Amino acid sequence: MESQLLESEQTSLADPMATRPFRVAKNQREIDGTHTIELRPADGDGFRFAPGQFTMMYAFGIGEVPISISGDPARAGTLEQTIRSVGAVSAALCKVRRDDTVGIRGPFGTPWPVVPAVGNDVMLIAGGIGLAPLRPAIYHLLRNRARYGKISILYGTRQPADILFRSELESWRGRFDLEVLVTVDSAGRDWRAPVGPVTTLIPRAAVREGIAMVCGPEIMMRFTVQTLLDRGFDADQIFLSMERNMKCGIGFCGHCQMGPAFVCKDGPVFAYPDIEKLMRVRGI
Amino acid sequence: MKVRPRDFPREDSARASSAASILARDALPALLAALRTRGYQLVGPTLRDGAIAIDRIDGESDLPIGWTEEQDGGRYRLRRREDVAVFGYTVGPWSWKTFLVPPETKLVTAKRDAGGAFTVDAGLAEEPKYAFIGVRSCELRAIQVQDRVFLEGPYVDRGYRLRREAAFIVAVNCTQAAPTCFCVSMRTGPHHETGYDLVLTEIMEGQRHEFLVDAGTERGRELIDELALRPAMIADVEGAEAAIDRAVAQNGRKVVTDGMRELLYRSYEDPRWDDVAKRCMSCGNCTMVCPTCFCTTVEDAADLAGKEATRTRKWDSCHTLEFSYIHGGSLRPNARSRYRQWMTHKLATWIDQFGVAGCVGCGRCITWCPAGIDITEELAAIRRSEEARHGGH
Repeated sequence: MESQLLESEQTSLADPMATRPFRVAKNQREIDGTHTIELRPADGDGFRFAPGQFTMMYAFGIGEVPISISGDPARAGTLEQTIRSVGAVSAALCKVRRDDTVGIRGPFGTPWPVVPAVGNDVMLIAGGIGLAPLRPAIYHLLRNRARYGKISILYGTRQPADILFRSELESWRGRFDLEVLVTVDSAGRDWRAPVGPVTTLIPRAAVREGIAMVCGPEIMMRFTVQTLLDRGFDADQIFLSMERNMKCGIGFCGHCQMGPAFVCKDGPVFAYPDIEKLMRVRGI
Repeated sequence: MKVRPRDFPREDSARASSAASILARDALPALLAALRTRGYQLVGPTLRDGAIAIDRIDGESDLPIGWTEEQDGGRYRLRRREDVAVFGYTVGPWSWKTFLVPPETKLVTAKRDAGGAFTVDAGLAEEPKYAFIGVRSCELRAIQVQDRVFLEGPYVDRGYRLRREAAFIVAVNCTQAAPTCFCVSMRTGPHHETGYDLVLTEIMEGQRHEFLVDAGTERGRELIDELALRPAMIADVEGAEAAIDRAVAQNGRKVVTDGMRELLYRSYEDPRWDDVAKRCMSCGNCTMVCPTCFCTTVEDAADLAGKEATRTRKWDSCHTLEFSYIHGGSLRPNARSRYRQWMTHKLATWIDQFGVAGCVGCGRCITWCPAGIDITEELAAIRRSEEARHGGH
């Protein structure tokens, strides 16, 4: 698995700006305005990626946006992407139907540290749709469960109706080798689980050290990192996935710069010390 | 910055210089013709729209002979020279990136069938074979900066590589700098070091008007041999050195590059950014005229029937709100953050990204800023600002 992941990281394409047609196998509505699209390459060739990588998804005639891969890296040839409808392109992608064609470039970017995490406890912390980019890492950890220590998944979202992959989270919660904690910002009386920001789950988690993988809105990640550091996690064991405007995914368009980093090729997954200073600057 | 002995061997001034030759002024058309015969499309300086543009040219008569420019912050005027120098101007608003990274490039065409499936044509068009005439040292350095972006990363821009590899570069050592120039500070000029096929130095002394010419590549050498030029004498080389020395003296701006990167990394919250934000109109001119700025966006279009869609890459500017837009808003919502991004990129983050600064000291951004914002002055102000806070560094 390691070698496969490393290869995938180094993927380079003959013409990296030429989009590759993929056929839609399924469009699953997850929650309001968020859909998971299952895709297969139209040319029948495979598609391999590492957890944490993203693709540039193209809607015919409308445009292209970076979207994290949300599927299982072991299911070669199938690509799952979870899209929130927030603009013209993502809205079009959420509406695709079976047998429609969308364009894919990639996979691009750095992976979650699932290889260095072997032998360690792992905490995965997600906010909102940030659970989608973490899901391939979860699949990978569970598929290789014996190779890791304790695993905690901490998930926070605005309200119960916004819980992404709810049935999957519930089935994971039923396992004895995995901890799943969920919190919401606000809920009605029928909600029997925690209410509050995701950071409040960190002290309650079984995982107290090891590797943390964090994905969510930048403000949520900032507070999460602070809490992790306060709880004794090492800064260089905390990994974050960043989001920026991207037009190319390969370091040519310049849009995704965050200080000296190109989020497309130096990220999206960064070790916290590499971006610590940048995260403190507004408007960088 | 003196021309060093290894560039121009200095021995006995009556003896022939080892490598350089002399191209008579009236033999310049023969040089251009020889390039055309080899199948090159000539691209060079020419008068257009009241400025010296870089454009396709047919021959010598298109060159801005006897013209120069008056440049300063926010100011550019064409002026007649008192002589008939061929390369007696400095730099206009256009640069060679117009031809290596065209303002618009068709990336792909997608065609959709009745069933809704589409196929993609990456349009592997044949790239033109350009001969660039009159590339100054700062500009060749800018091309080499863009090489690092498009050729030396994990991905290679195929079109750029084809255009770049085919391009024949006739460089000129700069003998006319402008008050906006600071190549000496940036160590990017005015004399060439490497990367050209041929390098010319225009020598005008009294009635004499010639070019010292040297080759940097085998194909450049072949061209010189074909033109049967006379070998240069040491006196010719000295004449060329003196002409380049004048450009050194004419450099009108300076920057202190020592510690520049670290200074800017310490200065994200410097009040000077608020000050420049009051003057910056976020027009993006500086990015358009900059010979190293490489940022692009992609524009999508579809025909009315929805059968055919194109993706076109276009120059973009970090000075726009859209540039950093992600759902919910722009990450750089004001001129302060955008100007800071542009300048910090040029002088600091670029060095981490590509191993060199993103500024070659050509001064275009100073000239073409409608508010006359001067990158050298902004850097100096930030340095002063820090020194005022900490009582010197």
